[in-house]
Amino acid sequence: MTHDHHDDHHHSHHDHGSDLTEMQLRTRALETILLEKGYIDPAALDELVDIYEKKIGPRNGAQVVAKAWVDPKFRKLLFEDGTAAIGSLGFGGRSGNHLVALENTPTVHNMVVCTLCSCYPWAVLGLPPLWYKSAPYRARTVADPRGVLRDFGVELPKDTEIQVWDSTAELRYLVVPMRPAGTEGWSEEKLAELVTRDSMIGTGLPKQPKDLQ
Amino acid sequence: MNGAADMGGMHGFGPVEPEPNEPVFHADWEKKAFALNIAIGCAGIWNLDAFRFERESISPPEYLNRSYYGLWVVTLERMMLKYGVATPEEIAAGRPLAPPKKTPRPVTADQVATMIRHGSPYDRPAPSPALFKVGDRVRTKNNHPTTHTRLPRYARGRVGEVVRIVGCHVFPDSHSQNIGEDPHWLYTVRFDGRELWGEDADPSVRVAIEAWEPYLEPL
Repeated sequence: MTHDHHDDHHHSHHDHGSDLTEMQLRTRALETILLEKGYIDPAALDELVDIYEKKIGPRNGAQVVAKAWVDPKFRKLLFEDGTAAIGSLGFGGRSGNHLVALENTPTVHNMVVCTLCSCYPWAVLGLPPLWYKSAPYRARTVADPRGVLRDFGVELPKDTEIQVWDSTAELRYLVVPMRPAGTEGWSEEKLAELVTRDSMIGTGLPKQPKDLQ
Repeated sequence: MNGAADMGGMHGFGPVEPEPNEPVFHADWEKKAFALNIAIGCAGIWNLDAFRFERESISPPEYLNRSYYGLWVVTLERMMLKYGVATPEEIAAGRPLAPPKKTPRPVTADQVATMIRHGSPYDRPAPSPALFKVGDRVRTKNNHPTTHTRLPRYARGRVGEVVRIVGCHVFPDSHSQNIGEDPHWLYTVRFDGRELWGEDADPSVRVAIEAWEPYLEPL
């Protein structure tokens, strides 16, 4: 799982001299069986890939965060009822039916993990990056979150409390980072450009105004 | 179950390695592995908890050596066999050898967006009042079921505080075994890092999990 992210090494018994990998062959076999038996509509597969490659991604979450930075009423609702607040922007549903927003403050920093599998708020962040699903992240975040943050180049003050949320149920978390200084009067659209995916998982911080220049 | 999937607190995997400008998928077969699993998962043949149980039932050496979507493919294959969608002979042949027992109702392309937008809420009407309230101190049970559970090993037998009543939710321990949704109250329970990792642990760390009522006992 850790030594090879892109493919599995082992070649299949069916692999008579072809250069298809074991996983290409096994996936194709399952696809053929499911399609020919009528369990799957091939157009639905294309639609699923298209939606998660192009339509649902961290720009959704960035919109939520930017709104929370400028709109006190929305911010209040977001921390009281994340599902309702995020739903009011049109996001929710699969891996986002039950959403909780976590507020970073000068004294508390939130980080999200799923130690048991790969639970992640698809509805606001899209599909998770490989590192989120990897053994190093799942193993270490609950025991050594500061060490994990260092892997991301993030060093927080020693007295900042680190609050780790292990997604063991169908609740999905969105971290709301602190608004960077020097952004007074910015529009939501411009603020959203500062909001990185990692800052909404808690492994990063938002960009600073100088990073946009 | 105490399988390889329950990784919290394990050592030796090395650093986390973020990939700059990572694509959503790294290969075409990953797209297929993803889409096949989502599409068949919505066909009502098995539920998500049963799928997770099967995935964590992969033997630890294999689990740890597979790529992420490699695990999805292996799990899908095992589920197709377990639920009678394919025979071992069909898997070996890579094609169907007999028609399905009953006509499947596949998710169609025009249903996909709506299906994603609706998702599958896990909250259910509560059969009884919640036993705990926010602020209560609780101890997690020290159980080691061989079937599916969402109480990680590192958080068993530990004292924490209820910080949120999530609602009454489908209980994965039952649902994964196809014995019904068996809804129970779900809480967010927070532990001091030292309660989980010992006196030498970083005192500035706290860790929260979601825990169903059967995982908890009052203090």
